[in-house]
Amino acid sequence: MLHIVACIKQVPDTKIIKMNPKTNTMDRASAPAILNPYDAHAVEEAVRLKKRYGGTVSVLTMGPPPAVKAIKKCIEIGADEGYMISDRAFAGADTLATSYALTKAIEKISKIKPVDLIICGKMTIDGDTGQVGPGIARRLDMPPLTSVNKVKEINVKEGYAVVQRKLEDGYEVIQSTMPCLMSVEKEINEVPYSSMTNMLKAARYQPIIWAVADLEDVERTQLGLKGSPTIVSKVWAPTKPSGGEMLEGDAAQQTEKLLNILLEKKELFAGKGGA
Amino acid sequence: MNFEEYSGIWVFIEVKDGEVVPVSLELLGAGKELADKRGTELAGVLIGENVTHLTDSLFEYGADTVYVYDDAIFKDYRTESYMKALLECCQKYKPEVILYGATSTGKDLASAVATDLPTGLTADSTILDIEEDTGLLLASRPAFGGNIMATILCKKYRPQMATVRPKVMKALTPEPGRKGKLVEETASLKEEDIRTKVLEIVRHTTQKVKIDEADIIVAGGKGLGSPNGFQLVHQLAETLGGAVGGSRDVVEAGWIEHHHQVGQTGVTVTPKIYFAIGISGAIQHIVGMQNSGLIIAINNDPEAPIFQSSHYGIVGDAFEIVPLLIEQFKQAFNREAVDHV
Repeated sequence: MLHIVACIKQVPDTKIIKMNPKTNTMDRASAPAILNPYDAHAVEEAVRLKKRYGGTVSVLTMGPPPAVKAIKKCIEIGADEGYMISDRAFAGADTLATSYALTKAIEKISKIKPVDLIICGKMTIDGDTGQVGPGIARRLDMPPLTSVNKVKEINVKEGYAVVQRKLEDGYEVIQSTMPCLMSVEKEINEVPYSSMTNMLKAARYQPIIWAVADLEDVERTQLGLKGSPTIVSKVWAPTKPSGGEMLEGDAAQQTEKLLNILLEKKELFAGKGGA
Repeated sequence: MNFEEYSGIWVFIEVKDGEVVPVSLELLGAGKELADKRGTELAGVLIGENVTHLTDSLFEYGADTVYVYDDAIFKDYRTESYMKALLECCQKYKPEVILYGATSTGKDLASAVATDLPTGLTADSTILDIEEDTGLLLASRPAFGGNIMATILCKKYRPQMATVRPKVMKALTPEPGRKGKLVEETASLKEEDIRTKVLEIVRHTTQKVKIDEADIIVAGGKGLGSPNGFQLVHQLAETLGGAVGGSRDVVEAGWIEHHHQVGQTGVTVTPKIYFAIGISGAIQHIVGMQNSGLIIAINNDPEAPIFQSSHYGIVGDAFEIVPLLIEQFKQAFNREAVDHV
């Protein structure tokens, strides 16, 4: 029986977040907190593998108390258990400190039930790095399998997985020993609407919440801001280029002007009858 | 950690099908500037099987030294084998900075190496600079979904590492016959220590026009309203013999496939002509196309930020402008064809 842990994060919806143009800060209140869209695919894949091979899906997140909502969303998708680590000591963590904290939580989960497979989303939409998944894999000494867009086979008995990794211009098929960690692309699956049963379960569900003191062998210097090698020194909007020339007039005049500009570069249209 | 022991700017040299990938040459160009500023050397780390001969061209592109791990165990990229070689090289020679292309391979490798060293890693950088006196790397990147730029520092650890987006930095013009120092290394690892194997590699060769190689790109955004409206983009691209691009919104809405996405989470493009039609111009999009030769924006909102990043702008209804443009182009091409008879 497989035990799969999916790592997830609650994020502000950066697609609709509004920026304050004067201070270059984000108006967090303008964006709802959502389950990181890539992580929904990670959980869905874990649930599909559970259906295929049997087993349990646990989800794990690090975040402030309201992030329970993101775990509930994962229960709706079909996860069985939710774990959350929440403590002020985790605040300000970069990818290295985040992977450290999540690793400590996974070690604790493993004592409850050994972990065969960890699945992460490709990246988060507020961090955009994709570095936490491989970081966890290295810390747990598991092979990191990134950019996975298909799980071809899991062989629990013989302890290996065969996956397809997306490359810039194709894919590769790799075999890895288990346990291993996969970070998955969005295209790996479609997340369907949740069943009513799961939604009811999610509504009542309360995850297991741990603070730093509940975890074992934690070096506090590796947590949060203190444990983060990278710092953001400044946040800025790129100096706006002055902008180009606006082509005025009615539609026909505008396109005529544009056409004349482009025809000066007609060598680019060589294949289309240009000089 | 004694920072004095760390010196030199390194570039991880990525090899695909026996050739150095373009981003590695771009990074040698960017790394050279950093190395000159610090008065230090630029080195490449080349890992693979039968790759030693590639060093000649790396010297021509600016490398002073190339560390080479040439062994059958490195035939295919695998996180564990490449990571071990690079970690050993790092521990032996102690670089100040390591740059990687933000490719699937570069990002995978950098994430693993950063964890094991450990050190800080900045993802998907688009601007690099270094403090002349302290050697502090200033790596800037679009942050928070590409709504803003952030400069990331790693003050307390060495080496400092960053992955850098392809097509953002410029390779140097190769200097024929330029020589450097070749250092052959062997990694202490055995095949049985590596827990993954590559069973198959499949490359798509059938993609019609590769968007990152196209001279003309016509890109559309959600301002086109619907998949049906997005057809305008295809029509103009066809008329001009260009490739089709899309903003993140239209890719997520499923109007076009992901490999057409221009921007931070898509591809970076540098065509000679870039049309942005119905694209508002968020930073995450701009970073993917700002180095295009000629940028033309068509949008019905005169306040759209895209106009600030374009060479020519038309405020108007795309459904009126674009069909007119197609018509006028067709007529112009016909005239040209007649002139040449």
